Amino acid sequence: MNSFDVDILNLWYGDNHVLHDVSLGIPARRVTALIGPSGCGKSTFLKSLNRMLDLVEGVRIEGSVLFDGQDIYAPGVDVTTLRKNVGMVFQKANAFPMSIYDNIAYGPRIHGVRKRGELDELVERSLRDAALWDEVKDRLTKSALGLSGGQQQRLCIARALAVGPQVLLLDESTSALDPISTEKIEELVSRLKRDYTVVMVTHNMQQALRVSDYAAFFLLGDLVEFAPTERLFNSPGDRRTADYVSGRFG
Amino acid sequence: MNPKKSIVEKTFQGVFFVCGVLSIALVAGIAIYLIVSGIPAIAEVGPARFLLGQTWNAGKGEFGILPFILTSILGTLGALALGIPLGVFAAVYLSKFAGKRLARVIRSAVELLAGIPSVVYGLVGMIVLVPAVQRAFSLSSGATLLTASIVLSVMILPYIINVTSTALDAVPKEYEEGSLALGATETETYFRVSLHAARSGVAVAIIQGVGRALGEAMAIIMVSGNVANMPHPLGSVRFLTTAIVSEMSYAPYGSLHRNALFSIGLVLFVFIVLVNVVLSLVVRPKEA
Repeated sequence: MNSFDVDILNLWYGDNHVLHDVSLGIPARRVTALIGPSGCGKSTFLKSLNRMLDLVEGVRIEGSVLFDGQDIYAPGVDVTTLRKNVGMVFQKANAFPMSIYDNIAYGPRIHGVRKRGELDELVERSLRDAALWDEVKDRLTKSALGLSGGQQQRLCIARALAVGPQVLLLDESTSALDPISTEKIEELVSRLKRDYTVVMVTHNMQQALRVSDYAAFFLLGDLVEFAPTERLFNSPGDRRTADYVSGRFG
Repeated sequence: MNPKKSIVEKTFQGVFFVCGVLSIALVAGIAIYLIVSGIPAIAEVGPARFLLGQTWNAGKGEFGILPFILTSILGTLGALALGIPLGVFAAVYLSKFAGKRLARVIRSAVELLAGIPSVVYGLVGMIVLVPAVQRAFSLSSGATLLTASIVLSVMILPYIINVTSTALDAVPKEYEEGSLALGATETETYFRVSLHAARSGVAVAIIQGVGRALGEAMAIIMVSGNVANMPHPLGSVRFLTTAIVSEMSYAPYGSLHRNALFSIGLVLFVFIVLVNVVLSLVVRPKEA
């Protein structure tokens, strides 16, 4: 069962052709890592999955991206519903300048949850799921900006979980964090795949190997290889993949 | 260093110093002057009767300025009630929705709005707004507190738009992306996240508007009827500023009447100082 089925996706920024004929299926309730050198298109690919590219001017997309069997680029698709179902955590933690509680409650409130009790419950559950509850339960009304970088990033994960997504997209979400915070988030991701499909862009080969079940290797806008992570790293089917994962370039 | 050069150097440092402290000296001078000339009338009338008295009738020796104080406060609040939503919405449009070319046109229009002399606002208000208010509410005169509030709201609009849109422009894109990625619409994002993040800027805009509205005299004297009544939205009123302007020319030198006008100036000054204190509390960088 796949969360996403991407078929012959081509993408241009203006005249710059950045994704070429990308086709792959992203399995549900697994962690899929997108790897490849800078500028290979993996981040762009990730952002095509929740249509965050709509915000960029001059983007042209061809091909189809099916989420749960529905083409998300078909006319009349409700982008807000799509993004509710496909959450995203960014490279840099972007906690809102509000209290911890209000950060988490923001999404549910937007989507119509008003009752205090329901919100309280959602906030607690999301923070627990993001392994942050014990650290912040006594300071929920304090500003989220007082948290450490790693805590803020987990807060962003909790915030994304609070709207009840099926998929979580992580865009190099540990690249700005210290090793201990990174480890916490990796553990978290490994646990989250029981309930969520996770797609993560990472520059860290060890991280991809530790955390992901599947890996997709991008190079210069091409999807070179997509395979179970173990196989992609240990017996890659393509020479370029072998060179990259063994550290010969990148 | 040769002695001649050192003299030039010292002289200029002295000049810079004098220029630098001049602004302090001016403020201090004005404050002292207002206090010295404003206290006697307050003392003679009695602070309570002066500040809380409901009738101002110089001919009969009655100097209660409560009508002016309330009019200034209510007129300013009315201007804010109209000006804040209009200005904030315009700023959101300007910063977030408007195309580059249209935004440029709007910005220059807003700048022009800020540069129009207040007497011109008064003239337009007198010719257009006063008759309109008169007709709309079937009044004997359209020169009312409401009319003055409308004129004031237009006058503070450019401040609110400018400061708010600058603050909105400074909101990190990441906040907005975070909100959109949660499935919020653009409108929800701009109102709940961007404006929230820019709230200290919005507060500054509002306080500056308050300062401007409290201090305005020329435009509102022309549209408010200038009668020392207790304020009523559809009645003719007199503000703190216009009370001074309208009687200063015929209050005899050294009289209680003239001194009472100085006291009004002192009260106005205190209001403005309070507004500035609030402003500096708001813009003070937050401790991290």
